Parts: sequence; structure tokens; C-alpha cells
Amino acid sequence: MTRRKRKGEVAQGWGFVSPAMLVIGIFVMTSIVFALYISFHKVNLFTGYYEFIGLENYKRIFVDTKTRIAFFNTVGFVAVVVPIQTIFALIMASVLNAKLRGKFVFRTIYFLPTLTSSAALTMIFMFLFSLTGPINQLALNLNILQEPINFLNDPKFALKVIMSMNIWSTVPFFMTIYLAALQEVPNSVYEAADVDGATGFQKFIHITVPQLKPITTFVLLMGIIGTFQMFDQAYIFSNGSGGPENSTLTVALQIYRNAFGQNNTMGFATAMSIMLSIVIFTVSFIAQKLNKSESLY
Amino acid sequence: MNKKKKVFKWILYIVLIGYALFTLFPFLWAVSASFKTYKEITGGGLNIIPNAPTLHAYKKLFTIDENFIRWIFNSFFICILGTFINVFLNSMTGYALARLQFKGKHLIFYAILVSIMVPGQVLLIPNYLIIKTFGLLNSYSAIILPAAVNATYIFMMRQFYINFPKTIEEAAAIDGLGRLGTFFRVSMPLAKPAIATQSVFIFLAFWNEFLKPKLYLSDPSKYTLTVGIQSMMSRYGGITQWDEVMAASVISLVPILLLYIVLNRYFMQGIRMDGEK
Repeated sequence: MTRRKRKGEVAQGWGFVSPAMLVIGIFVMTSIVFALYISFHKVNLFTGYYEFIGLENYKRIFVDTKTRIAFFNTVGFVAVVVPIQTIFALIMASVLNAKLRGKFVFRTIYFLPTLTSSAALTMIFMFLFSLTGPINQLALNLNILQEPINFLNDPKFALKVIMSMNIWSTVPFFMTIYLAALQEVPNSVYEAADVDGATGFQKFIHITVPQLKPITTFVLLMGIIGTFQMFDQAYIFSNGSGGPENSTLTVALQIYRNAFGQNNTMGFATAMSIMLSIVIFTVSFIAQKLNKSESLY
Repeated sequence: MNKKKKVFKWILYIVLIGYALFTLFPFLWAVSASFKTYKEITGGGLNIIPNAPTLHAYKKLFTIDENFIRWIFNSFFICILGTFINVFLNSMTGYALARLQFKGKHLIFYAILVSIMVPGQVLLIPNYLIIKTFGLLNSYSAIILPAAVNATYIFMMRQFYINFPKTIEEAAAIDGLGRLGTFFRVSMPLAKPAIATQSVFIFLAFWNEFLKPKLYLSDPSKYTLTVGIQSMMSRYGGITQWDEVMAASVISLVPILLLYIVLNRYFMQGIRMDGEK
């Protein structure tokens, strides 16, 4: 290649990537640096004044009561939702992978929650669990309950409703991912196991699970990243308040409330978001390591 | 053995059908409630078929509600524009990373990698301040601009062009087409399947986005459908008009459902690619 042509390619290359780089440069790179800067300051949004306060925002994270509540709510949410959704997705995928008729219909139905916006889903679930909603009515009719439970306004239940909605809506998506990967597992492996007289359960434990390990890592990471940042459902459920009695207050919601509320706590909120990222990275790293080392053979 | 297998198959079907019903149940109720009168909904009957089916909720949304039609239009506007910009920028960037040799390429590569890894929560506040500085609060640019490229699909397009033979493009170059001409007239059309795949997922993401429109759009007439539906929740002093809210939720699902049925192949393709990461 001649020198001239190569020079032309540099210009072309940068020409092609510059619009995208402009966007990433401003809204990702600059924003990361800016976030760090904000996190060391007290920000007054109205006067635009940034007062340097060192590590104060970070220190406050560990003593702020509401932050602690939000943290434990979020951790509880992750700890319940991620394992259940992963295991359910894996089991359902291996069931659906069997040679059956009507797979397309099933898959289409299972994909519905993935297509639906969190806003519409949350509204539908709030309706289902409302005082006169079908869940309460069903339980009353079957004599499971003597009187309706106010799921939406009872701090004991509010987060659990969101958990069940989240599991219900994400399992099919992860199942589809597993299913796509299962199609790559050669049939001969299962046939060999059949010859050896393996039961369905043994095949699941000894073939399906180990073969899908890389996908499981991916599903776990997606689950962890998604659930730690859960915002939409909590916001819609509580109309942004995190109620009842802070029971649906997640870290992401608390960041939003601090950043865009009336209290000039934007710096504090930014520090929280950085800490949240550190937590997400750490947990993801541990989950990945655990999934790799755990020997199933 | 054979009989045992048959029984096993029946159990599988029962599991699948049971799970399908479990998945459908909330949607069926939403659809059912949208055709019921408010009175019937709060009466708490367990009938899925409405006693007196009515289009009242839909009529109210489309004729009385001053903003509902606008919300649908706004959502479409943001989705279509956002998807177009994304497809062009992602494809151009992916193409350059796959086909062109230039200084600083590895730097770009890292920048894209970082944008995949950094959690959205960290970017939320600085992005807001930047948008505010640009004077773009309460505008659709605030939603489209920060999401004008998608790092995951840049990688996907790069992968596509790496695996795709160069010969056709080289022939075009010999015929005298410049780099841009080659890209728009040859390389882009060749990438149709990959472009369709990213389009459906980007469209879906814009359509379902809640946080950003909630944060940036303060004018109710500018709301997107997701924020609009949420705002319907308690607007009558704490009493939620479930019939209208359910009708609005059902309507918000229709375009995506149609997209899914028509472009099913590309949805599945996207998932396969995601799974391979």
C-alpha cells in the first residue's frame, strides 16, 4: 500500500468514526470524569456553584440511614431475583429444547414480557395486586385469605410484588438465550448419554448445566447488572417516593431522588452512583469466578 | 420404555402450557379489564370475559384525553429518529473498525469497551448537567443524543464486516466508487440482516425507555407513552382509572407486538448474538 493511500485511510477512518466518537466522548468519557469531579463537591443546582468538600459525600454514604435502607432493599432484591431467574430460565430452556410441536407458539408467548415496557408491566401488576384486583379476589374465593391484602401499600409485600414481577418478566428472556445456546450442543452428546442409560435429570446435571456454563456466566452478569440498577418498577410502583415506608426504595431510586430533588445533594447522589458501580463490578467479578471454579463433573 | 416416553412427553406439554398460561395471565387480565367498565373492575369479579364489553376506556383515551394521541406520536417520533441515527452511526463505526487501518483505532476500541461496561447510573447525573448546559432540557434531543450510538451494536457490525468477504466492495472501488459511496451503496445494503437485528432491539429500547423521558420531559404534551401511562396513575386524586390505564398499556404493546411478529427472525438472531458474548 502506498503512503498516500494509507494517509487517506487515516482521514477516512476518523471521518467514519468521528460522529460516534463525539457522542461517546461527551456522554461517556467526559461524563465519567465529570462524575468523579461532582462526587467530591457539594453542588448547588440553581446557582451552579460547586463547593469542594473532599470525601464528605463518600463518608456520608456509610452513615445515611435512607441509603442503608436502599442498599439492603437492593441487595435483597438481587439476592432473591438473580438466582431464581437464572435457575428457572435454565430449567425451562432444557424443557423447551425437547423435540416438541408448537415451539414457535410457546416461544412467542414466553417472549411477551420481554417486549413489554416496564411502565406497562408495572401498571398491569399493580392492577393484579390491587385491593379489588384478581389476585386478592382469587385468594378470597379459594378461602386462602379471609380479607384482601393491600399488597401495594403494605411494606411487607410491596418489594415482593416487584420481585415476583421481575422474575416473571425476565425468566423468558434468559430462557431464550439459553435455548439459543442449547441448539449448539451436539445431539450426539445426549444420544451417548441415552445409550449409557442416563435419566433426564442426570443429563440435565451432567450435560446441560456444564455445557451452558459460559452462558450462565453471561446470564448471571446481565441479571446482576440489571437488578442492582432497578429503577423503573420501584419508581412507578411508589410514584417516585420509594414507599410504603421506604420498602421499595432502591439504590437507583435513591440516587435519582437525591440528584434531582430539592436538597442540593447531587454530589452525594453521584458518589452513591460510583459506589454502586464498584459494588456491581465486585459482585459480577465474584459471580464470574464462582461460576468458573465450581466443578460439576 | 415407549410408553414411559409418551407419558414424559405429556408431562412436558403440561409444563409448557402451564407456563404459557402463567405468562399470559397478566396480559389477559389487562386486556379484559380494558374492555370492562370501571364499576365492574372494582367490583372484583373473576370473570375474564367482561359482563358488558365496552370500548369506553379506549374512546376516552382517543377522544377526551388531550394528550394520549400525542404520546403515541412522540414515542414513534423518538423511536424512529433514534433508530435511524443509531443504525447509521453504529454501522459506520463498526465498518471503519473492521475495514480501515488508521492510527488511534485501538483507542477508539477501548472507548467503546468502556461505554459497554460503565453502569448507566454513573452517567445519569453528568449527562443531565451536560444536557442542561446545552439547553436541551425538555426536548427530544435530550433523549436521543446520549443514546445516538450503541457500543454493543458497533461491535456487532464490526463482527459482521470482519466475517464478510471484501471482494464485492473491492470491485465497487475498482469501478470508481469512493469510500463513502462504497459504504452507502454497497456495504450498508449488504449488511441488511445485521442492520435489521440492531434496528428491532434499538427500537424496542427507545419504545420502552422510562427513566430518561421521565427525567428530561417536563411538559405533559411532550411525554412518551411510557411516562404518559405512569402519569395516568394517580391523576384523579389517588384513584386510578384502571380501565383507562389498562387500555393505554395494551395500546402501548401493540406496535411492539406487530414488530415482533413481522421481524421475529431478527429478534431471535439478536439473542443468539447476545448469547455468544
